[in-house]
Amino acid sequence: MMITNIEIIPGKRITKHLGLVQGSSVRAKHVGRDIMASLKNIFGGELLGYTELLQESREEAIERMTEQARAVGANAVLNVRFSTSSIAAGAAELFAYGTAVTLEKM
Amino acid sequence: MIDLAIFLSLLALGYGFGRHAEKKHYKSIIKREKKLRGLPAIAAKTPTMLSMPGESHLVIGSVVVSVDYFKRFISVLRNLVGGRVTSYESLIDRARREAVLRMKAQAKDMGADLIFNTKFETASIYQGRGNQVGSVEVLAYGTAIIPARQG
Repeated sequence: MMITNIEIIPGKRITKHLGLVQGSSVRAKHVGRDIMASLKNIFGGELLGYTELLQESREEAIERMTEQARAVGANAVLNVRFSTSSIAAGAAELFAYGTAVTLEKM
Repeated sequence: MIDLAIFLSLLALGYGFGRHAEKKHYKSIIKREKKLRGLPAIAAKTPTMLSMPGESHLVIGSVVVSVDYFKRFISVLRNLVGGRVTSYESLIDRARREAVLRMKAQAKDMGADLIFNTKFETASIYQGRGNQVGSVEVLAYGTAIIPARQG
């Protein structure tokens, strides 16, 4: 399964367009991390716990999107975009979406 | 009285540590940017050579950074009079550059020599008291091109 954010793959041809596929995940960290984060809000600096959290959930969102693409019989997802929104303090929604297609070597 | 003491000490802590952290971060950003200069990240949608051989791969870099207490206080003051909020500008600037650097580092590990179609995504993550923005997440992503090995 190829996941990419370009629209045209050099050397490959799109044989079938299968529509939009998407995946999202909402995650929160445990309270300890939240406390650490609020401390960091005094001192400033990188919030490692949250960076990690968002990375994990982004991977999960991509995973879900890939699953959906597989279900419709695609072998690639093109033009992938990401979007993040904070739902509540300490929780965020990560959203990945793209176009599922089948590719063929030219 | 105690409230005021806590507030002032938070300000002082934020000022001291925040300044130090920012300086250190900028130093490391500039150092790594120099190192990764050979790997350009461009925003163009298609690579300059269309029939490019080799592989392409999605690369992602993200970071969450927080502004310190002192700067947040300054930004509240700035909100009263309006104008450029420099304390947040430097925060976002740091976050963007860091995210790009992480994306480039990932691409470099794969042996890529160019990243194109670079996109950014910014979100405020942590909301403190009174809905103040405490920290931002910046995500940078693009397509890395790995040149085909010759021979």
